[in-house]
Amino acid sequence: MTSGIRFDGVTVTYGSNTVLDHLDLTVEPGEVMALLGPSGSGKTTALRAVAGFVRPASGRVLIGDRDVTALPPYKRGIGMVVQQYALFPHLKVEANVAFGLKAQKVPKGEIPGRVAEALEMTGMAAYAQRYPRELSGGQQQRVAIARALAIRPNVLLLDEPLSALDAQLRSGMLAELARLHRELPDVSILYVTHDQVEALTLADRIAVMDKARLQDCGTPQDLYRRPRTEFTASFVGNANLLPVTVGEKGATFEGVTLDVPIAEAASGTTATLCVRPHLVGLGPGPNALSGRITEVQWRGSTHRLYVEVGGHRVKADVRELRETPPLGGEVTLHFAREDAVLLAAGVTDG
Amino acid sequence: MPTTVWLWALPPVAVLALVFLYPLALVVQESLAPGAYAEVFASASFREALVTTVWLAVAATVGCLVLGFVLALVIAFVPFPGGKAVSKFIDVFLSFPSFLITLALLFLYGTVGMANGIWTDVTGDPAGPFRFLTTPWGVLLAEITYFTPFVMRPLLAAFSQMETAQLEVASSLGARPLRIVRQVILPEALPALAAGGSLVLVMCLNEFGIVLFTGAKGVTTLPMLVYSKAILESDYASACVVAIVNVALSVGLYVLYRGVSRRAGA
Repeated sequence: MTSGIRFDGVTVTYGSNTVLDHLDLTVEPGEVMALLGPSGSGKTTALRAVAGFVRPASGRVLIGDRDVTALPPYKRGIGMVVQQYALFPHLKVEANVAFGLKAQKVPKGEIPGRVAEALEMTGMAAYAQRYPRELSGGQQQRVAIARALAIRPNVLLLDEPLSALDAQLRSGMLAELARLHRELPDVSILYVTHDQVEALTLADRIAVMDKARLQDCGTPQDLYRRPRTEFTASFVGNANLLPVTVGEKGATFEGVTLDVPIAEAASGTTATLCVRPHLVGLGPGPNALSGRITEVQWRGSTHRLYVEVGGHRVKADVRELRETPPLGGEVTLHFAREDAVLLAAGVTDG
Repeated sequence: MPTTVWLWALPPVAVLALVFLYPLALVVQESLAPGAYAEVFASASFREALVTTVWLAVAATVGCLVLGFVLALVIAFVPFPGGKAVSKFIDVFLSFPSFLITLALLFLYGTVGMANGIWTDVTGDPAGPFRFLTTPWGVLLAEITYFTPFVMRPLLAAFSQMETAQLEVASSLGARPLRIVRQVILPEALPALAAGGSLVLVMCLNEFGIVLFTGAKGVTTLPMLVYSKAILESDYASACVVAIVNVALSVGLYVLYRGVSRRAGA
């Protein structure tokens, strides 16, 4: 059986403070949906509303066809993994994983098999007799995932599951989570994170949240290549956002007419032009912009240049340069027409 | 250098010896009067007092643990307006003298207390039905009332350290509140319960004020026995023997308490 998640106009308030503002979002059965946003954007509140830890002031939460808005957490049948693992310290790994099975009154004879299966799936079978304090952070998180999967939930909630791990472990666990989802294609996953790499890597779709509201929602490629709001463009991939005036055939930035797709934008209006830093090239070319280098960062395989063009800072990520360009030096940047996206003004405030 | 260290240590040790160890030694010496131990151990009143002391202390401790655990759970995990104030009040409560509680209970349930007063007003009977205050039950009630906060204090500290995420994950896994209390909260609170419980046990064994103030004539505990032997009967030898037994009992329990608290990391 599969079931998705639906937020139907969900609003959550604490006193006079609205922490989630009228969220409409559907997670399809078997889909991985990332809720991506900065802290305080409402993404964790949305997850907690699904888990049943916050009661919406208005709106409904559905799991499959079932309205769970008024159900207590223990009746929702949801697997949950949190940032700080939250393993039960006095129980061995095995008993931690068995906890949910016992709580759900799974027949005693079935429990050892189900525990072994969940531990096998997360590669923790050899640690069944250990206590949580005897495990590393990554291992503890695997146990927490096994514990959530043991109850065979239709919906899995992951709340910043990798944030407590160091960078190297994180990318390993990311691959691990992707594999788990391939093995359990029926489980719908709601993945809360502030890390765009996690969201881009793992999610089928990403819901971008900011200021208690849903800003944008789409596939990772869609959001990355065709962001619809300035917030998405800068939060996902940290794009250059240039204020432009739309003309007949292109847009004007700091007196330079750029050849960019203007779609239906009306001539004479102001808009924002979005260009990814890694799509900005150094040297002359189409859509050339000249400016002065204000900062250079060496990042191993690339150089990040900050170039001031008429009072605006343009970021360019170029392949590692043999010679670091001098600060204050004049350079020309360029980008291709198809790499630019015009964001109509007014969509930023969501 | 070591000589100077010893010189520094000398004055406090001397003061300690003079004001504390010397009187204690006198008590021990007095108790060693010929035949004193045999006489006391053979007396029915001593054995009765010993039994009364221990069962009252154990019963009061159990009562405090149960009541303290439930109250601390409510204060820590059930958000209600004024919860913080209640928690603060418990700190203040710890500083109250024990007889104050007994006095308050006397006003409520004593022979001329409010409860009996209302009864006599309503029914016209000359005396009310509430007479338990002068029985062991009255002492037990007073001790539980007074000592419960001593259990709650370490419990509340332990609960504040507990990750709420654990409780949330447990409930998402299908555990109802009672199961969470039993299988998640209680095991993690055990060290705090043990520490609070042993503290209350020791304090109950030595409690004097509460027993005296309830005016329970039939309730003779070891401290009461010491008091009556020494002050009322001037039988110092027997009083000292009882006192030594009382000290041995509470020091033994104190050692146990330290062991438990150390394991709990307190």
